Amino acid sequence: MIKQIAPYYDVVVIGGGPAGAVTARYAAENGASVLILERDREVGIPVRCAEGVSVTGISPFIEPDEQWICTMIKGASLHSPDGNFVEMYNNGDGYVLERRIFDRALVDLACSKGATILTKADAIGFTKNNDGEISGVQYRYLGKNYSVNCKIIIGADGIESQVGKWAGINTTIKLEDLETCVQYTVNNIKINPELCRFYFGREVSPGGYLWLFPKSEYSANIGIGICGIETKPNIGPLYYLNKFMEKNFPNASVSYTVGGGVPTKHGTDFVADHVMLVGDAARQVNPITGGGIVQAMIAGRICGETCTKALQANDFSKKFMSEYEKRWDKVLGANQRFMYSVKSSFIKMSDKKFNSIVGAVKSINQDELNLHALFKVALKEEPMLVAKMATSFLASKIKFDW
Amino acid sequence: MEGVLKVNKSLCDVCGTCVSVCYVSAIVVKEFEINIDNEKCIKCLNCVKVCPFEAIEEEEK
Repeated sequence: MIKQIAPYYDVVVIGGGPAGAVTARYAAENGASVLILERDREVGIPVRCAEGVSVTGISPFIEPDEQWICTMIKGASLHSPDGNFVEMYNNGDGYVLERRIFDRALVDLACSKGATILTKADAIGFTKNNDGEISGVQYRYLGKNYSVNCKIIIGADGIESQVGKWAGINTTIKLEDLETCVQYTVNNIKINPELCRFYFGREVSPGGYLWLFPKSEYSANIGIGICGIETKPNIGPLYYLNKFMEKNFPNASVSYTVGGGVPTKHGTDFVADHVMLVGDAARQVNPITGGGIVQAMIAGRICGETCTKALQANDFSKKFMSEYEKRWDKVLGANQRFMYSVKSSFIKMSDKKFNSIVGAVKSINQDELNLHALFKVALKEEPMLVAKMATSFLASKIKFDW
Repeated sequence: MEGVLKVNKSLCDVCGTCVSVCYVSAIVVKEFEINIDNEKCIKCLNCVKVCPFEAIEEEEK
Protein backbone atom coordinates (compact mmCIF):
# COMPACT_ATOMS: atom_id res chain seq x y z
CA MET A 1 0.00 0.00 0.00
CA ILE A 2 1.57 3.28 -1.07
CA LYS A 3 1.28 6.09 1.41
CA GLN A 4 -0.77 8.91 -0.08
CA ILE A 5 0.96 12.20 -0.66
CA ALA A 6 -1.02 14.89 1.15
CA PRO A 7 -1.85 18.21 -0.56
CA TYR A 8 0.07 20.12 2.12
CA TYR A 9 3.23 19.64 4.22
CA ASP A 10 4.83 22.15 6.55
CA VAL A 11 8.22 21.40 5.01
CA VAL A 12 9.15 19.97 1.60
CA VAL A 13 12.75 18.80 1.36
CA ILE A 14 14.19 18.52 -2.13
CA GLY A 15 16.86 15.83 -2.13
CA GLY A 16 17.18 12.69 0.01
CA GLY A 17 20.93 12.69 0.76
CA PRO A 18 22.40 13.20 4.24
CA ALA A 19 21.62 16.94 4.26
CA GLY A 20 17.97 16.45 3.33
CA ALA A 21 17.44 13.41 5.53
CA VAL A 22 18.88 15.02 8.66
CA THR A 23 16.97 18.26 8.08
CA ALA A 24 13.77 16.24 7.61
CA ARG A 25 14.39 14.26 10.73
CA TYR A 26 14.92 17.24 13.04
CA ALA A 27 11.94 19.08 11.57
CA ALA A 28 9.70 16.00 11.86
CA GLU A 29 10.92 15.19 15.35
CA ASN A 30 9.54 18.50 16.54
CA GLY A 31 6.14 17.96 15.00
CA ALA A 32 6.40 19.37 11.49
CA SER A 33 4.85 17.44 8.63
CA VAL A 34 7.66 16.75 6.18
CA LEU A 35 7.85 15.43 2.63
CA ILE A 36 11.18 14.48 1.02
CA LEU A 37 11.26 14.50 -2.78
CA GLU A 38 14.03 12.32 -4.19
CA ARG A 39 14.77 12.40 -7.92
CA ASP A 40 16.34 8.96 -8.17
CA ARG A 41 14.61 5.63 -7.85
CA GLU A 42 16.15 5.15 -4.43
CA VAL A 43 18.14 7.24 -2.00
CA GLY A 44 21.89 6.78 -1.85
CA ILE A 45 22.47 6.31 -5.58
CA PRO A 46 24.47 7.07 -7.56
CA VAL A 47 27.24 7.21 -4.96
CA ARG A 48 29.38 10.27 -5.72
CA CYS A 49 31.56 10.08 -2.66
CA ALA A 50 34.87 8.74 -1.33
CA GLU A 51 32.83 7.50 1.66
CA GLY A 52 35.30 8.42 4.42
CA VAL A 53 34.03 10.03 7.64
CA SER A 54 35.37 10.55 11.13
CA VAL A 55 33.69 8.56 13.89
CA THR A 56 33.38 11.62 16.12
CA GLY A 57 31.82 13.53 13.24
CA ILE A 58 28.88 11.26 12.61
CA SER A 59 28.35 9.73 16.06
CA PRO A 60 26.07 12.57 17.27
CA PHE A 61 23.64 11.70 14.48
CA ILE A 62 23.36 7.94 14.13
CA GLU A 63 24.23 4.77 16.00
CA PRO A 64 26.98 2.85 14.22
CA ASP A 65 25.68 -0.13 12.27
CA GLU A 66 27.89 -2.72 10.59
CA GLN A 67 25.50 -2.69 7.63
CA TRP A 68 26.89 0.64 6.49
CA ILE A 69 30.42 0.41 7.86
CA CYS A 70 32.83 -1.07 5.32
CA THR A 71 36.06 -0.59 7.19
CA MET A 72 37.33 0.96 10.42
CA ILE A 73 40.14 3.41 9.71
CA LYS A 74 42.93 3.79 12.26
CA GLY A 75 45.32 6.09 10.48
CA ALA A 76 46.40 7.89 7.37
CA SER A 77 49.49 8.07 5.25
CA LEU A 78 50.59 11.24 3.49
CA HIS A 79 52.59 10.71 0.28
CA SER A 80 54.82 13.42 -1.18
CA PRO A 81 55.65 13.71 -4.90
CA ASP A 82 59.13 12.17 -4.44
CA GLY A 83 57.55 8.89 -3.27
CA ASN A 84 58.26 9.46 0.41
CA PHE A 85 55.43 8.91 2.86
CA VAL A 86 54.60 9.18 6.51
CA GLU A 87 52.01 7.15 8.42
CA MET A 88 50.08 8.73 11.25
CA TYR A 89 47.92 7.13 13.89
CA ASN A 90 46.42 8.25 17.20
CA ASN A 91 44.29 10.96 15.70
CA GLY A 92 40.83 9.52 15.99
CA ASP A 93 39.18 6.72 14.06
CA GLY A 94 37.23 6.86 10.87
CA TYR A 95 34.81 4.78 8.87
CA VAL A 96 34.68 4.05 5.20
CA LEU A 97 30.96 3.90 4.59
CA GLU A 98 28.67 2.02 2.29
CA ARG A 99 26.86 5.19 1.28
CA ARG A 100 23.98 3.48 -0.42
CA ILE A 101 23.01 1.83 2.86
CA PHE A 102 24.04 4.74 5.06
CA ASP A 103 21.86 7.22 3.16
CA ARG A 104 18.91 4.90 3.42
CA ALA A 105 19.44 4.53 7.16
CA LEU A 106 19.33 8.32 7.53
CA VAL A 107 16.09 8.54 5.54
CA ASP A 108 14.60 5.66 7.56
CA LEU A 109 15.45 7.61 10.69
CA ALA A 110 13.65 10.68 9.32
CA CYS A 111 10.63 8.57 8.36
CA SER A 112 10.58 6.97 11.81
CA LYS A 113 10.04 10.51 13.17
CA GLY A 114 7.11 10.99 10.81
CA ALA A 115 8.61 12.27 7.56
CA THR A 116 7.39 10.90 4.21
CA ILE A 117 9.60 10.21 1.22
CA LEU A 118 8.65 10.00 -2.45
CA THR A 119 11.30 8.68 -4.84
CA LYS A 120 11.37 9.20 -8.60
CA ALA A 121 10.02 12.66 -7.80
CA ASP A 122 11.95 15.41 -9.59
CA ALA A 123 11.30 18.96 -8.34
CA ILE A 124 10.84 21.35 -11.25
CA GLY A 125 9.95 24.68 -9.63
CA PHE A 126 8.05 26.60 -6.99
CA THR A 127 4.37 27.39 -6.99
CA LYS A 128 3.35 30.91 -5.99
CA ASN A 129 0.13 32.38 -4.64
CA ASN A 130 -1.71 35.43 -6.03
CA ASP A 131 0.61 37.76 -4.10
CA GLY A 132 3.64 36.19 -5.77
CA GLU A 133 4.70 34.53 -2.53
CA ILE A 134 6.16 31.00 -2.65
CA SER A 135 3.41 28.54 -1.73
CA GLY A 136 4.74 25.14 -2.72
CA VAL A 137 6.73 22.91 -5.01
CA GLN A 138 6.02 21.51 -8.46
CA TYR A 139 7.48 18.14 -9.22
CA ARG A 140 7.43 15.51 -11.90
CA TYR A 141 6.60 11.97 -10.83
CA LEU A 142 6.25 9.00 -13.17
CA GLY A 143 5.73 11.16 -16.21
CA LYS A 144 3.17 13.58 -14.74
CA ASN A 145 3.42 16.99 -13.08
CA TYR A 146 2.11 17.49 -9.56
CA SER A 147 2.28 20.23 -6.96
CA VAL A 148 2.34 20.18 -3.21
CA ASN A 149 1.75 23.15 -0.91
CA CYS A 150 4.11 23.95 1.93
CA LYS A 151 5.46 26.73 4.12
CA ILE A 152 9.16 25.92 3.89
CA ILE A 153 11.19 24.51 1.01
CA ILE A 154 14.57 22.94 1.78
CA GLY A 155 17.06 22.84 -1.08
CA ALA A 156 19.16 19.76 -0.33
CA ASP A 157 19.64 19.13 -4.03
CA GLY A 158 23.40 18.87 -4.16
CA ILE A 159 26.09 20.43 -6.30
CA GLU A 160 23.67 21.00 -9.21
CA SER A 161 21.19 22.75 -6.90
CA GLN A 162 18.32 24.46 -8.67
CA VAL A 163 16.42 25.46 -5.54
CA GLY A 164 18.85 28.26 -4.71
CA LYS A 165 18.60 29.61 -8.24
CA TRP A 166 14.79 29.53 -8.16
CA ALA A 167 14.93 31.48 -4.89
CA GLY A 168 17.31 34.07 -6.32
CA ILE A 169 20.30 32.96 -4.23
CA ASN A 170 23.63 33.18 -6.06
CA THR A 171 25.10 29.68 -5.79
CA THR A 172 27.58 29.87 -8.68
CA ILE A 173 30.98 28.43 -7.78
CA LYS A 174 34.21 30.03 -9.03
CA LEU A 175 36.62 27.68 -10.77
CA GLU A 176 39.26 28.15 -8.06
CA ASP A 177 36.70 27.05 -5.46
CA LEU A 178 35.79 23.81 -7.17
CA GLU A 179 37.52 20.45 -7.31
CA THR A 180 36.69 18.32 -10.33
CA CYS A 181 36.84 14.66 -9.37
CA VAL A 182 36.82 11.16 -10.76
CA GLN A 183 36.80 8.03 -8.64
CA TYR A 184 37.20 4.35 -9.33
CA THR A 185 36.07 1.63 -6.98
CA VAL A 186 38.64 -1.04 -7.58
CA ASN A 187 39.38 -4.58 -6.48
CA ASN A 188 42.15 -7.07 -7.08
CA ILE A 189 44.58 -4.99 -5.02
CA LYS A 190 46.25 -5.70 -1.69
CA ILE A 191 46.21 -2.91 0.87
CA ASN A 192 46.15 -2.20 4.58
CA PRO A 193 42.40 -1.88 5.24
CA GLU A 194 42.93 0.39 8.26
CA LEU A 195 44.89 3.09 6.49
CA CYS A 196 43.65 5.88 4.26
CA ARG A 197 46.23 7.21 1.85
CA PHE A 198 46.62 10.71 0.49
CA TYR A 199 48.91 11.60 -2.42
CA PHE A 200 50.01 15.15 -3.19
CA GLY A 201 51.91 17.02 -5.86
CA ARG A 202 51.61 19.01 -9.06
CA GLU A 203 52.23 15.92 -11.21
CA VAL A 204 49.86 13.78 -9.15
CA SER A 205 46.91 16.03 -8.51
CA PRO A 206 47.38 19.76 -9.15
CA GLY A 207 45.53 21.93 -6.66
CA GLY A 208 43.99 18.93 -4.95
CA TYR A 209 44.89 15.45 -3.82
CA LEU A 210 44.47 11.82 -4.71
CA TRP A 211 42.89 9.51 -2.18
CA LEU A 212 42.74 5.82 -1.48
CA PHE A 213 40.05 4.80 0.99
CA PRO A 214 40.01 1.06 1.66
CA LYS A 215 36.70 -0.77 1.39
CA SER A 216 38.39 -4.05 2.35
CA GLU A 217 41.82 -5.64 2.23
CA TYR A 218 41.30 -6.10 -1.51
CA SER A 219 39.23 -3.13 -2.64
CA ALA A 220 39.17 0.63 -2.32
CA ASN A 221 37.77 3.89 -3.54
CA ILE A 222 40.63 5.51 -5.43
CA GLY A 223 39.84 8.98 -6.62
CA ILE A 224 41.23 12.35 -7.42
CA GLY A 225 40.19 15.95 -7.19
CA ILE A 226 41.99 18.67 -9.09
CA CYS A 227 41.33 22.36 -8.84
CA GLY A 228 39.01 23.80 -11.48
CA ILE A 229 41.70 26.22 -12.67
CA GLU A 230 44.21 23.42 -13.28
CA THR A 231 42.50 21.47 -16.06
CA LYS A 232 43.68 21.50 -19.66
CA PRO A 233 42.13 19.84 -22.70
CA ASN A 234 42.61 16.06 -22.32
CA ILE A 235 44.44 16.65 -19.03
CA GLY A 236 41.71 16.49 -16.42
CA PRO A 237 41.09 14.32 -13.35
CA LEU A 238 40.65 11.17 -15.42
CA TYR A 239 44.08 11.62 -17.00
CA TYR A 240 45.80 11.98 -13.62
CA LEU A 241 43.87 9.09 -12.07
CA ASN A 242 44.74 6.74 -14.92
CA LYS A 243 48.38 7.77 -14.69
CA PHE A 244 48.37 6.95 -10.97
CA MET A 245 46.64 3.60 -11.50
CA GLU A 246 49.08 2.50 -14.20
CA LYS A 247 52.01 3.32 -11.96
CA ASN A 248 50.69 1.99 -8.65
CA PHE A 249 47.95 -0.58 -9.28
CA PRO A 250 48.32 -1.83 -12.84
CA ASN A 251 46.40 -5.04 -12.09
CA ALA A 252 43.42 -3.46 -10.36
CA SER A 253 40.03 -4.06 -11.88
CA VAL A 254 37.57 -1.19 -11.82
CA SER A 255 34.03 -2.07 -10.81
CA TYR A 256 32.63 1.46 -10.58
CA THR A 257 33.55 4.79 -12.17
CA VAL A 258 32.02 8.06 -11.08
CA GLY A 259 32.63 11.76 -11.60
CA GLY A 260 31.60 14.77 -9.61
CA GLY A 261 32.38 18.24 -8.38
CA VAL A 262 33.23 19.32 -4.85
CA PRO A 263 32.85 22.93 -3.73
CA THR A 264 35.62 24.22 -1.49
CA LYS A 265 34.08 27.48 -0.33
CA HIS A 266 30.84 27.74 1.58
CA GLY A 267 28.05 29.87 0.20
CA THR A 268 27.33 33.24 1.74
CA ASP A 269 23.54 32.99 1.57
CA PHE A 270 21.63 29.92 2.69
CA VAL A 271 18.24 31.54 3.17
CA ALA A 272 15.52 33.31 1.18
CA ASP A 273 11.83 33.84 1.98
CA HIS A 274 10.35 30.33 2.52
CA VAL A 275 13.60 28.68 1.38
CA MET A 276 16.71 27.28 3.06
CA LEU A 277 19.67 25.55 1.41
CA VAL A 278 21.64 22.80 3.12
CA GLY A 279 24.61 20.54 2.35
CA ASP A 280 26.31 20.68 -1.04
CA ALA A 281 23.50 22.96 -2.27
CA ALA A 282 24.76 25.54 0.25
CA ARG A 283 28.37 24.58 -0.57
CA GLN A 284 28.82 23.41 3.03
CA VAL A 285 31.94 21.30 2.57
CA ASN A 286 35.27 21.10 4.39
CA PRO A 287 37.43 23.30 2.12
CA ILE A 288 40.54 21.17 2.56
CA THR A 289 39.33 17.60 2.60
CA GLY A 290 36.26 18.13 0.46
CA GLY A 291 34.32 16.08 3.03
CA GLY A 292 30.67 17.04 3.08
CA ILE A 293 28.75 14.41 5.03
CA VAL A 294 29.38 15.63 8.56
CA GLN A 295 29.02 19.24 7.45
CA ALA A 296 25.68 18.42 5.86
CA MET A 297 24.46 16.69 8.99
CA ILE A 298 25.45 19.53 11.30
CA ALA A 299 23.79 22.08 9.03
CA GLY A 300 20.79 19.77 8.59
CA ARG A 301 20.19 19.66 12.29
CA ILE A 302 20.33 23.43 12.62
CA CYS A 303 18.18 23.85 9.53
CA GLY A 304 15.58 21.35 10.79
CA GLU A 305 15.41 23.07 14.16
CA THR A 306 15.00 26.42 12.41
CA CYS A 307 12.01 24.96 10.53
CA THR A 308 10.40 24.21 13.88
CA LYS A 309 10.94 27.75 15.14
CA ALA A 310 9.64 29.32 11.94
CA LEU A 311 6.51 27.16 12.08
CA GLN A 312 5.92 28.08 15.73
CA ALA A 313 6.31 31.77 14.94
CA ASN A 314 4.44 31.39 11.61
CA ASP A 315 7.23 33.52 10.12
CA PHE A 316 8.95 32.23 6.98
CA SER A 317 10.76 35.40 6.01
CA LYS A 318 14.43 35.44 5.11
CA LYS A 319 14.95 37.66 8.14
CA PHE A 320 13.44 35.21 10.63
CA MET A 321 14.93 32.08 9.12
CA SER A 322 18.41 33.60 8.86
CA GLU A 323 18.79 32.34 12.42
CA TYR A 324 19.90 29.18 10.62
CA GLU A 325 22.83 31.06 9.05
CA LYS A 326 23.75 32.64 12.36
CA ARG A 327 23.77 29.33 14.25
CA TRP A 328 25.69 27.65 11.42
CA ASP A 329 28.24 30.43 11.59
CA LYS A 330 28.58 30.01 15.34
CA VAL A 331 29.21 26.26 15.08
CA LEU A 332 31.20 26.06 11.84
CA GLY A 333 31.87 29.51 10.43
CA ALA A 334 35.24 30.31 11.98
CA ASN A 335 36.49 26.80 11.24
CA GLN A 336 35.31 27.07 7.61
CA ARG A 337 36.95 30.43 7.03
CA PHE A 338 40.22 29.29 8.52
CA MET A 339 40.23 26.08 6.51
CA TYR A 340 39.46 28.07 3.40
CA SER A 341 42.47 30.31 3.95
CA VAL A 342 44.65 27.23 4.40
CA LYS A 343 43.19 25.70 1.24
CA SER A 344 44.01 28.80 -0.74
CA SER A 345 47.71 28.39 0.13
CA PHE A 346 47.57 24.62 -0.22
CA ILE A 347 46.42 24.65 -3.85
CA LYS A 348 49.50 26.70 -4.75
CA MET A 349 52.04 24.61 -2.81
CA SER A 350 55.10 23.43 -4.75
CA ASP A 351 56.28 19.84 -5.00
CA LYS A 352 59.50 20.86 -3.26
CA LYS A 353 57.51 22.02 -0.25
CA PHE A 354 55.47 18.80 -0.10
CA ASN A 355 58.69 16.78 -0.26
CA SER A 356 60.45 18.69 2.47
CA ILE A 357 57.50 18.53 4.84
CA VAL A 358 56.91 14.80 4.49
CA GLY A 359 60.68 14.20 4.66
CA ALA A 360 61.00 16.18 7.88
CA VAL A 361 58.00 14.53 9.51
CA LYS A 362 59.37 11.11 8.62
CA SER A 363 62.39 11.68 10.82
CA ILE A 364 60.18 11.62 13.90
CA ASN A 365 60.02 8.36 15.84
CA GLN A 366 56.70 6.61 15.09
CA ASP A 367 55.88 6.36 18.81
CA GLU A 368 56.18 10.10 19.12
CA LEU A 369 54.47 10.87 15.87
CA ASN A 370 51.22 12.56 16.55
CA LEU A 371 49.73 15.78 15.35
CA HIS A 372 51.65 17.74 17.93
CA ALA A 373 54.98 16.43 16.63
CA LEU A 374 53.90 17.00 13.06
CA PHE A 375 52.97 20.50 14.00
CA LYS A 376 56.44 21.23 15.38
CA VAL A 377 58.14 20.02 12.21
CA ALA A 378 55.71 21.68 9.87
CA LEU A 379 56.12 24.91 11.73
CA LYS A 380 59.72 25.10 10.53
CA GLU A 381 58.75 24.30 6.95
CA GLU A 382 55.50 26.09 6.50
CA PRO A 383 54.14 27.81 9.58
CA MET A 384 50.64 26.66 10.47
CA LEU A 385 49.71 25.36 7.09
CA VAL A 386 50.46 21.68 7.00
CA ALA A 387 49.72 20.79 10.57
CA LYS A 388 46.25 22.20 10.26
CA MET A 389 45.87 20.42 6.98
CA ALA A 390 46.73 17.12 8.58
CA THR A 391 44.43 17.82 11.48
CA SER A 392 41.56 18.31 9.13
CA PHE A 393 42.29 15.06 7.34
CA LEU A 394 42.55 12.95 10.42
CA ALA A 395 40.01 14.14 12.88
CA SER A 396 36.98 16.27 13.24
CA LYS A 397 37.90 19.02 15.64
CA ILE A 398 34.53 20.68 15.55
CA LYS A 399 33.07 21.31 18.95
CA PHE A 400 29.39 20.57 19.03
CA ASP A 401 28.14 23.75 20.55
CA TRP A 402 24.47 23.73 19.65
CA MET B 1 33.76 31.75 -32.18
CA GLU B 2 30.05 31.34 -32.83
CA GLY B 3 29.85 27.73 -31.73
CA VAL B 4 27.30 26.04 -29.51
CA LEU B 5 27.98 23.78 -26.55
CA LYS B 6 26.76 20.24 -26.73
CA VAL B 7 26.86 17.39 -24.25
CA ASN B 8 28.36 14.15 -25.45
CA LYS B 9 25.92 11.78 -23.75
CA SER B 10 28.22 8.80 -24.03
CA LEU B 11 30.75 10.61 -21.82
CA CYS B 12 28.40 12.53 -19.50
CA ASP B 13 27.91 11.13 -15.97
CA VAL B 14 25.12 13.64 -15.15
CA CYS B 15 27.08 14.70 -12.06
CA GLY B 16 25.91 18.33 -12.26
CA THR B 17 29.35 19.88 -11.79
CA CYS B 18 28.83 22.00 -14.92
CA VAL B 19 25.59 23.39 -13.47
CA SER B 20 27.40 24.72 -10.40
CA VAL B 21 29.91 26.86 -12.34
CA CYS B 22 27.49 28.41 -14.83
CA TYR B 23 27.12 32.13 -14.14
CA VAL B 24 24.02 32.55 -16.27
CA SER B 25 22.05 29.46 -15.20
CA ALA B 26 22.14 28.13 -18.74
CA ILE B 27 22.58 24.52 -17.62
CA VAL B 28 20.04 22.33 -15.83
CA VAL B 29 19.66 18.67 -15.05
CA LYS B 30 16.37 17.55 -16.54
CA GLU B 31 15.05 14.00 -16.79
CA PHE B 32 18.54 12.66 -15.94
CA GLU B 33 20.20 14.59 -18.72
CA ILE B 34 22.28 17.77 -18.82
CA ASN B 35 20.54 20.49 -20.81
CA ILE B 36 22.48 23.51 -22.07
CA ASP B 37 20.51 26.55 -23.20
CA ASN B 38 22.75 28.01 -25.89
CA GLU B 39 20.58 31.14 -26.10
CA LYS B 40 21.56 32.00 -22.51
CA CYS B 41 25.14 30.70 -22.76
CA ILE B 42 27.89 33.37 -22.74
CA LYS B 43 30.63 30.91 -23.82
CA CYS B 44 32.76 31.37 -20.72
CA LEU B 45 33.54 27.64 -21.07
CA ASN B 46 33.69 27.11 -17.30
CA CYS B 47 31.55 24.00 -17.75
CA VAL B 48 33.96 22.64 -20.37
CA LYS B 49 36.90 23.15 -18.01
CA VAL B 50 35.40 21.43 -14.97
CA CYS B 51 33.60 18.48 -16.54
CA PRO B 52 35.33 15.40 -15.04
CA PHE B 53 34.88 13.44 -18.27
CA GLU B 54 35.28 16.34 -20.71
CA ALA B 55 31.83 15.60 -22.06
CA ILE B 56 30.97 19.16 -23.10
CA GLU B 57 32.10 19.97 -26.61
CA GLU B 58 31.98 23.11 -28.69
CA GLU B 59 30.44 22.63 -32.10
CA GLU B 60 29.85 24.82 -35.13
CA LYS B 61 26.32 26.16 -35.16
